[in-house]
Amino acid sequence: MARTVHAPRDEADLAALVASARETRAPLAVEGRGTRRALGRPVEAPATLSTADLSGITLYEPAELVMTARAGTSLAEIRATLASANQELAFDPIEHTALLGHDAGSTTIAAAFALNASGPRRPKIGAARDHLLGFRAVNGLGETFKSGGRVMKNVTGFDLSKLVCGSWGTLAVLSEVTFKVMPAPETTETIAVFGLDDEAAGRLMREASGLPQEVDAFAHLPAGADGPFSHVATTLLRLDGPPVSVASREADLVARFKALGQIEILGEDDSRRAWTDLREAGPIARRPGAIWRISLAPSDGPKLVAALRARELPLAGWFYDWVGGLVWLALEPEAGPQAGPVRAEVDRLGGHATLIRAGELVRGVDDVFHPQPAPLAALAARVKRAFDPDGILSPGRMTKGA
Amino acid sequence: MSLTMPLPEPEIMAARDDIVARLQAILKPSSVIHLARELSPYECDALTMYRQTPLVVVLPETVEEVAAVMRLAAELNVKVVPRGSGTSLSGGSLPLADGILLGMSKFNRILDVDFENRCARVQPGVTNLAITKAVEHRGFYYAPDPSSQIACSIGGNIAENAGGVHCLKYGLTTNNVLGVEMVLIGGEIVRLGGRHLDSEGYDLLGLVTGSEGLLGVITEVTVRILQKPETARGVLLGFSSVKAGADCVAAIIAAGIIPGGMEMMDKPAIDAAEAFKPCGYPEDAQGLVIVELDGTAAEVDHLCGEVAKIAEAAGATSIRTSNSDAERIGFWFGRKNAFPAVGAIGPDYLCMDGTIPRGRLAEVLTGMGALAAEHGLRVANVFHAGDGNLHPLILYDAAIPGDIEKAEAFGADILRLCVAVGGVLTGEHGVGVEKRDLMGEMFDSVDLGQQERVKCAFDENHRLNPGKVFPTLHRCAEMGFMHVRSGDLPFPEIPRF
Repeated sequence: MARTVHAPRDEADLAALVASARETRAPLAVEGRGTRRALGRPVEAPATLSTADLSGITLYEPAELVMTARAGTSLAEIRATLASANQELAFDPIEHTALLGHDAGSTTIAAAFALNASGPRRPKIGAARDHLLGFRAVNGLGETFKSGGRVMKNVTGFDLSKLVCGSWGTLAVLSEVTFKVMPAPETTETIAVFGLDDEAAGRLMREASGLPQEVDAFAHLPAGADGPFSHVATTLLRLDGPPVSVASREADLVARFKALGQIEILGEDDSRRAWTDLREAGPIARRPGAIWRISLAPSDGPKLVAALRARELPLAGWFYDWVGGLVWLALEPEAGPQAGPVRAEVDRLGGHATLIRAGELVRGVDDVFHPQPAPLAALAARVKRAFDPDGILSPGRMTKGA
Repeated sequence: MSLTMPLPEPEIMAARDDIVARLQAILKPSSVIHLARELSPYECDALTMYRQTPLVVVLPETVEEVAAVMRLAAELNVKVVPRGSGTSLSGGSLPLADGILLGMSKFNRILDVDFENRCARVQPGVTNLAITKAVEHRGFYYAPDPSSQIACSIGGNIAENAGGVHCLKYGLTTNNVLGVEMVLIGGEIVRLGGRHLDSEGYDLLGLVTGSEGLLGVITEVTVRILQKPETARGVLLGFSSVKAGADCVAAIIAAGIIPGGMEMMDKPAIDAAEAFKPCGYPEDAQGLVIVELDGTAAEVDHLCGEVAKIAEAAGATSIRTSNSDAERIGFWFGRKNAFPAVGAIGPDYLCMDGTIPRGRLAEVLTGMGALAAEHGLRVANVFHAGDGNLHPLILYDAAIPGDIEKAEAFGADILRLCVAVGGVLTGEHGVGVEKRDLMGEMFDSVDLGQQERVKCAFDENHRLNPGKVFPTLHRCAEMGFMHVRSGDLPFPEIPRF
């Protein structure tokens, strides 16, 4: 659908645009640079509101671990500025480049928060929602408001930062975000253990996650996953820190796990490449068909895959991140009903499944996000109306009809 | 004290006996406390300057009982104030004369420890420290450690988003909670999160954490547990000024080091601690910094050396690195005693809780000195230096008429100063009633209106813990909030997107 695109140049323009859309009850599809329209449910709106032109870092104090940037600032700019002070976005947001084909760094900082995007270090370091300290935004009434602050520890008022993270632009249009940044590790290396099946790899990752050697990320790729490890099942344990620390932790872990399988150490460059590719779901992103991203308790990851295989669902590939608690799943296209069985198994185990890639028709009909029990869905609908009573902001993006 | 709470509703006060009888019909008789002498322990929390006898106290034992109390309260239109262990420093569980005080102390069981998935499912009345006690035999602990951890409940920690001394590295409560079960104002029981990470739909778990009992009653909690670091060492640094200490803290972080804990004390706090129980802090120091580094032995040894180098370059007048756990604990001795130590010289003190951008510390301390002179009161400062959370302890004497009011006015001025330099009113104690009337210093009416509409989404009649957090209560209808029952929109025939 061709849409009018509004790209306000400042926050006042942004507020005026939303207010006028509300006056005419003409909904807006809220986006940054629009690279991820194919994610989530399709928005039912005649016009697009882009924050791409609200750009620029407005505050960066490395010693305070804090940065403020306007919504449309690109991740490329954020990352480069942080790198100049040896810092980084520790939650390492997925950009969906391998899934959707846009360039790395082209997505915006506000989108990273609006999608609650995070990466492989999520279990250790938190998601986007754990790093947003405060924000400025325009709600569906066209009012500009702020929440939170710029300090690390703040319990003044409701923590609306958590709500806007993962709200996909449906509660408010972020105009500026203030977030926690972290020192970049001096070095990073990865222990690769080869030849384990899913169950054994799950056990290894869970054991490693309880050791004082402080593993920074844990993933498992079954044999056949795309990338450098396609020939053999590979379990990856990432170690960040000063070289002396990484070396000693690595030695301890290798001694502990060497009996389980052949081990190889990935040096800094290979390690970074591997984890960036994992973050972007590279090992299955290029498979045809539907792609699911499923969060469960770590021990339930391998159980889910086993259950789906037992149901003879046509799996086209899968891998595990987050100690086994994040399952990326590819299913062969056009092979009968899939969402039902996937969600039924996820419900049985406890967790949630997001349909990351499917045709627009499917995304418009099926639930993309995991359906909620009725009282929770009703509560979520009331929260939506508390920000956007007239349904102006990205209607339909998360839930059909809301 | 001048604290305006919602006026008691005469019809509720008049119906007290009936309300008690109705509660007795749905709970065990021993779970309904209504005699005056038995109500007195509940008339305040740890903010003891404000007191109010509740209408009645209930101590339910099951989630079904909590739901039944909430349904009855809805039917009778009675207000409800939830209470955990009653250790709030901001009056979060201050009772209402016409409200049911809902105590969660009987929810005191650890339900399930899932070591494999590094989480524990507990009832909300379990104390913070009891979670660590339940998992430490396997080398695990629960990370947030508010100073009241021996007494405070995990349900209260959720309500207040409690912090502690290790927040910079390990996060606040909100970063360590995986799920809750909660009873809404209408009696519906909902579950948010679980044993998995992140939420389906809006992050209501994140919203509820730190909502000060205004959105629901927590009846079960799933927290993450972490493996204990292999080792920890402390570095004790003295400085000739607080500013030099603050600069050193900034330099440590700028060098890429995130200590497990980093605390600072000013001269009045050091002196009070030494006078209370000698702790061997450097006598000449105007500012003291305690740095605790944790992790594997190789890493900690390396970082201790780095911190010592940075401190030397920053002009530290004394540098001591612990060589045993006893020595490390010794470094903390005076800091952990700081509150009672100040209490010993007070004779009373008011503990404030602002957070500031660390770089503004010297300026804030100077400003605080000027305010102290203006108000004619003394102040000692302890400071979670890593995350900028400041605890000025205002000394006063409650026996002197007018001293309490002076202390409160001084405290309010300190918080205004924190906000003026880009900080916030409260870092970990909560707004409650204590900082409620200062919310306008930080938020304008639009900011507050948005938060109040979120409150309306959960509790459209303001029956759950009213009088806390928001300086004025607006009726939800007046705020343009559409009243919707069970998710049904009015005028369903009108298309909405």
